[in-house]
Amino acid sequence: MKVLVPVKRVIDYNVKVRVKADGSGVDLANVKMSMNPFDEIAVEEAIRLKEKGQVEEVVAVSIGVKQAQETLRTALAMGADRAILIVAADDVHQDIEPLSVAKLLAKVVEEESPDIVLCGKQAIDNDMNATGQMLSALLGWSQAMYANEVAVEDGQAVVTREVDGGLQTVKVKLPTIISTDLRLNEPRYASLPNIMKAKKKPLEEKTAADYGVDVAPRLQVVDTKEPPARQAGEMVGSVDELVSKLKEKGVV
Amino acid sequence: MAVLLIAEISDGALAMDATAKAMTAAKALGEVTVLACGEQAADAAAEAAKLDGAAKVLCAEDAIYGHRLAEPTAALIAELARDYDHIVAPATTDAKNILPRVAALLDVMVISDVSAVIDADTFERPIYAGNAMQTVKSSDAKKVVSIRTSTFDAVAQGGAAPVETIGAAADPGLSEWVEDKMAESDRPELTSAGVVVSGGRGIGSEEDFRIVETLADKLGAAVGASRAAVDSGFAPNDWQVGQTGKVVAPELYIAVGISGAIQHLAGMKDSKIIVAINKDEEAPIFQVADYGLVADLFEAVPELTEKL
Ligand SMILES: Cc1cc2nc3c(=O)[nH]c(=O)nc-3n(C[C@H](O)[C@H](O)[C@H](O)COP(=O)(O)OP(=O)(O)OC[C@H]3O[C@@H](n4cnc5c(N)ncnc54)[C@H](O)[C@@H]3O)c2cc1C
Ligand SMILES: Nc1ncnc2c1ncn2[C@@H]1O[C@H](COP(=O)(O)O)[C@@H](O)[C@H]1O
Repeated sequence: MKVLVPVKRVIDYNVKVRVKADGSGVDLANVKMSMNPFDEIAVEEAIRLKEKGQVEEVVAVSIGVKQAQETLRTALAMGADRAILIVAADDVHQDIEPLSVAKLLAKVVEEESPDIVLCGKQAIDNDMNATGQMLSALLGWSQAMYANEVAVEDGQAVVTREVDGGLQTVKVKLPTIISTDLRLNEPRYASLPNIMKAKKKPLEEKTAADYGVDVAPRLQVVDTKEPPARQAGEMVGSVDELVSKLKEKGVV
Repeated sequence: MAVLLIAEISDGALAMDATAKAMTAAKALGEVTVLACGEQAADAAAEAAKLDGAAKVLCAEDAIYGHRLAEPTAALIAELARDYDHIVAPATTDAKNILPRVAALLDVMVISDVSAVIDADTFERPIYAGNAMQTVKSSDAKKVVSIRTSTFDAVAQGGAAPVETIGAAADPGLSEWVEDKMAESDRPELTSAGVVVSGGRGIGSEEDFRIVETLADKLGAAVGASRAAVDSGFAPNDWQVGQTGKVVAPELYIAVGISGAIQHLAGMKDSKIIVAINKDEEAPIFQVADYGLVADLFEAVPELTEKL
């Protein structure tokens, strides 16, 4: 079996986000970038399936600017076998929408014929939570989003999903798309020798035009602004003081 | 404009609060038809018919819509979409699972977690864990939109819209439900509760999470948790509040032993009054709290429970 893992290069989750003065978006110049945390979980899960002997090959793919190479090298250092970079933008500020990403991934799927696409639940920059579901629709495949546990057996996957009321288990036919939630696993760090080895692993470079996919956005950004700031509050000295403040406000 | 609002239904019952809040956004876009879809949906359809703003309710009852599997549900909505300009749903886990699939079937972008409707094509939504608010204008022929319910009021229920039964769409037969593990609870639902008490890693264990639950029960509150508390097994996954968990905006939010990482703040910073109890006076949660108490939670929380 083969697993395809889409990984997105995003602002590191620890970085304090700054809105650009012209309202066009968030400032990403000279900001620390990392692999989307949910995608690290996806890479880890794919590697674990390989270590269990259920999967022969793990292919990582990223769509965006040339610098996404670094993100792919991280996936390779974690244990992916090879990588595909699809250059679809020159400017780091140009985000490729989930629909375009899904269309490009559908083309990669046609070429690579994976049994499973393991993606993240949500990119922590645009917070869309859409790509996996869209890809699944385009391919006419089953989907199992927000995975908390994955078991692959006899042409199907049994996936426990994190849902609003608790957990739901579904059985999906392969090929399928699975998206990762936070509790699926704890991703490993790449060791130094593996980082060195990753430099020699194959990383193929393509462009969106190679696949004939139009990546023009459907959503035009009108404005980006800071959220309304909260009024500064006060510190209370004791539980009694807290109780009387809350009573004053009429909330208890 | 014609709008199709997907009612939130679980186990045959309408989630009134989420659906009524999404209705407020839907109504602003045009005439609203509500879709009630499930293995059992007739009761939910009758409930939805009461929502102010509902012109009509479509009821699709079929075993294939049980447990709201994404593939058959999306196929039905995509088929119905022919007659509508907007497809709208409250941004629940189910809707987030289903709507992007619908959007891709229609070859349009999905617009997730909308916090304000500017006009029929233009929507505001949070990005980067709510650290920025972005307004986007869609050039798509149809708009598929999920609504962040915490920023909309619920419509009233005085209506009596007609209910029309419709047939099921073809079943793609791609997936199968196995089981649900849903917690039974008498507490109010997290996203609609007036008061939420949340615990973090500072609580230290599943047993000690009782301290938080006892305070919540005293206040008739829902219980929430930080990611760290859920990851550590102190609390179940469906209690997680934050960027990738639930978004809440109650009258009162009490954060206990939570540091206030941006990913947590993303899910609760629109609460009316925020109280933080933390032993570290430097904890970032105090920057958003209306009332901060620097104290050991194991002393302060039981004392608070007693004195309320
Ligand atoms: C992709 C991604 C998504 C995420 N999504 C979410 C999300 O949706 N929700 C979320 O919450 N987090 C999320 N996080 C995690 C987030 O970054 C933080 O790690 C998390 O919120 C920290 O939880 P915490 O505040 O409970 O733990 P900590 O940061 O460890 O804080 C514990 C606090 O407890 C206090 N404390 C300890 N003992 C006591 C005591 N006896 N009395 C009083 N105070 C005490 C400490 O002073 C400290 O401030 C996400 C992270 C990533 C990378
Ligand atoms: N540009 C991209 N390149 C590779 N994978 C992506 C890209 N955008 C989204 N994805 C994948 O889709 C998931 C969900 O992203 P989103 O739908 O944007 O929230 C991510 O976690 C990735 O696995």
